Amino acid sequence: MPTSIDRVFGVHAEALQLRARRGELIASNLANADTPNYKARDLAFRHALDNAQSATAMKSTHASHISHANAAGATSTLYRVPGQSSLDGNTVDTQLETTKFSENAVRYQTTLRFLNGKISGLMKAIKGE
Amino acid sequence: MGLFNIFNVAGSGMSAQTVRLNTVASNMANAEVVSGSEDGAYRARQPVFSAVMQAMGNNHATVPVEVNGVVESQAPINKQYSPAHPEADSDGYIYTSNVNMVEEMANMISASRSYQSNVEVANTSKQLLIETLRLGQ
Repeated sequence: MPTSIDRVFGVHAEALQLRARRGELIASNLANADTPNYKARDLAFRHALDNAQSATAMKSTHASHISHANAAGATSTLYRVPGQSSLDGNTVDTQLETTKFSENAVRYQTTLRFLNGKISGLMKAIKGE
Repeated sequence: MGLFNIFNVAGSGMSAQTVRLNTVASNMANAEVVSGSEDGAYRARQPVFSAVMQAMGNNHATVPVEVNGVVESQAPINKQYSPAHPEADSDGYIYTSNVNMVEEMANMISASRSYQSNVEVANTSKQLLIETLRLGQ
């Protein structure tokens, strides 16, 4: 049992945020499937999760400092290597992005399931049932 | 919350594809329009899509799409000799549009498929958000 209630959710709180971000990226790819010169992007998930867990974010000590891109997974966003090139410079493969999006949605739901399990475990412990 | 941004992105995709479908509809409706001069002939219209790049610094995961404008096709206008036609010019020529029906049909199918995938994205995100709201219940 974790000693601090903050740590009860473990990796899942960060994982949920990163899943949401990956969903945003893939949704952008799908919306720009017909935009010339648009390059598809995706999240290097393991790298992003490692970064989120190590939590060595830079601190800004002044309001006018340029903010370090500290949004979850900002440094792990990479361009996808295109399977086949197109004349208009677009690298979105709609079929690939659709499957990645649904995979990401299922994994998001998995994380939600884990979180629900943790919460119900806590509730049981609190109520003493 | 990241998932809320997906609605903006998918919505921008849907509206861009709607513009594309609209131009296809105009082109097909005007495919047989006849004019008495080359300048008056109907030219096929196509929308120009571009990605909306947001300011660096804050969360720039989402890239909506926007329609930058509608351009007219530069393909040559068809010229036909038809002196009996009421629109014919003094030399007996009429000018028809440069709409390519096959191209328009392909464009229409591509636009409707893209629209569908955007709708699917919005639907899935909505479901995920609802489930997130139910967390712990």
